[in-house]
Amino acid sequence: MREKILNYIEKNSRVDLKELAVLLGMNEVDVANELAALESEGIICGYHTIIDWDKVTEERVNALIEVKVTPQRGKGFDEIAERIYKYPEVTSCYLMSGGFDLIVSIEGKSLKEISMFVSQKLSTLDSILSTTTHFILKKYKDHGTIMHQQYEDERIMMTP
Amino acid sequence: MRNPLSKTITEIKPSGIRKFFDIASERKDTISLGVGEPDFDTPWHIRDEGIYSLEKGKTFYTSNSGLLELREEINNYLTRRCNVSYDPRTEILVTVGGSEAIDIGLRAMIDPGDEVLIPQPSYVSYEPCTILAGGTPVIIELKNENEFRLTKEELLEAITDKTKILILPFPNNPTGAIMEREDLEDIAKICIEKDIFVMSDEIYSELTYGKDHVSIASLPGMRERTILINGFSKAFAMTGWRLGYACGPKEIIEQMMKIHQFAIMCAPTTSQYAAVEAIKNGDEDVANMRESYNQRRNFLMNAFKEMGLPCFEPFGAFYVFPCIKEFGMTSEEFAFALLDAEKLAVVPGTAFGDCGEGFLRISYAYSIEKLKIAMDRINHFITGLREKNK
Repeated sequence: MREKILNYIEKNSRVDLKELAVLLGMNEVDVANELAALESEGIICGYHTIIDWDKVTEERVNALIEVKVTPQRGKGFDEIAERIYKYPEVTSCYLMSGGFDLIVSIEGKSLKEISMFVSQKLSTLDSILSTTTHFILKKYKDHGTIMHQQYEDERIMMTP
Repeated sequence: MRNPLSKTITEIKPSGIRKFFDIASERKDTISLGVGEPDFDTPWHIRDEGIYSLEKGKTFYTSNSGLLELREEINNYLTRRCNVSYDPRTEILVTVGGSEAIDIGLRAMIDPGDEVLIPQPSYVSYEPCTILAGGTPVIIELKNENEFRLTKEELLEAITDKTKILILPFPNNPTGAIMEREDLEDIAKICIEKDIFVMSDEIYSELTYGKDHVSIASLPGMRERTILINGFSKAFAMTGWRLGYACGPKEIIEQMMKIHQFAIMCAPTTSQYAAVEAIKNGDEDVANMRESYNQRRNFLMNAFKEMGLPCFEPFGAFYVFPCIKEFGMTSEEFAFALLDAEKLAVVPGTAFGDCGEGFLRISYAYSIEKLKIAMDRINHFITGLREKNK
């Protein structure tokens, strides 16, 4: 039941409670209780919207930054990660395997703003060894959603 | 000039869907719930294998019965999913869709005068294919009160000493009915007793909801008298690839192979390579699509309940079959009026046999958004009818 609810709302968090209950063949009260439990247990962490900002006039720039750090004794990567993710410019922050340690995604209003953030705030933190900044030029697919795509039903209208 | 046409073919009625389709497709803004195929694209990894096979230049005929690798995978799949196994070398034939398998299966087994039992409402091709093969179709009218399952009484009543084949079209298009193990056990017992062969069209086998599909071929004593037909169209959303298969006893498959060989040569090569990928690595896609269909099924059942339109709960395929008898119109009249008034196209039940009178086939191979609009239109339409009839 949990998985069913989660799988559904991961793709469509706007569905209303009554409809969700019908689609999943469950009782509305049960679904409401389960959702509340999922929220309070921190399994559902938020409800967001996928926006194609390219279609809006407001300028937005996104970048991914590879960060190498020196882990600290007794704290590993957690403390430095926390210092990084607390910046509001940081939209996500993951600990990675491979050639670097953290990948940090940043959102800003301009290239300059992001460069300033990296050079003045990020790079200057203690225990950061190096950063490599990659600007995102175009989003083709985000959170499982293909951007710039319109569905057209190409099936013939009636078939046996 | 002499009449160029055969009497047999000219006497066969064209599919009832055709004229409806012509009218529906002329109207702008029409929403159709009349499609008998999935709305999903073929999963990308399957398409990708098809493309890759073309890149590698795999553009030649395959063996008449299909790629051995595909037949082996079909056997693995049936063993895994339907609890029945076939020898990939002699008991499996890859065909151009399930449709070809129906046609050549009947042609391989029927002599003039043999009777073929066809439960209806059901898919449109069994009756004409039987006639074209020289057989005599005998219709069994399935009933709403039995949830459109075939009962042993109905079967016994239809059997004569000329009966040779029973067609078993479950999960069913257009009703969505399924046959569960106990239902099939009754049928199997009679078929063995009366020495009747079964053509089991299981093209919707992957699309059952809350109840597992059971193949009659997996019941004791039935494998040797059953032609199992299945395919890739519905389960893997591969309708346009035209790929199905027939499995059965070597003696029957061998003769079907002859017809296939002379009429078709082999199923499309690209499709066969894609199908290997589908059947090997497609279980998860199927599960996701099944879940999605089930949500839509739940949505429609609830919508009908709210508008008070009687409809038995179907557990298979992607159709619901609501009853519209209360409005005093034939299925066709109702469907035409609905199209006219609300720009909503559905298929009259009579397109699948006379006993579909009083019912509509509504497909839920559509997004919830589209189904919502469609249900609003039906609701508006029947509310108007009820007020008028008051």
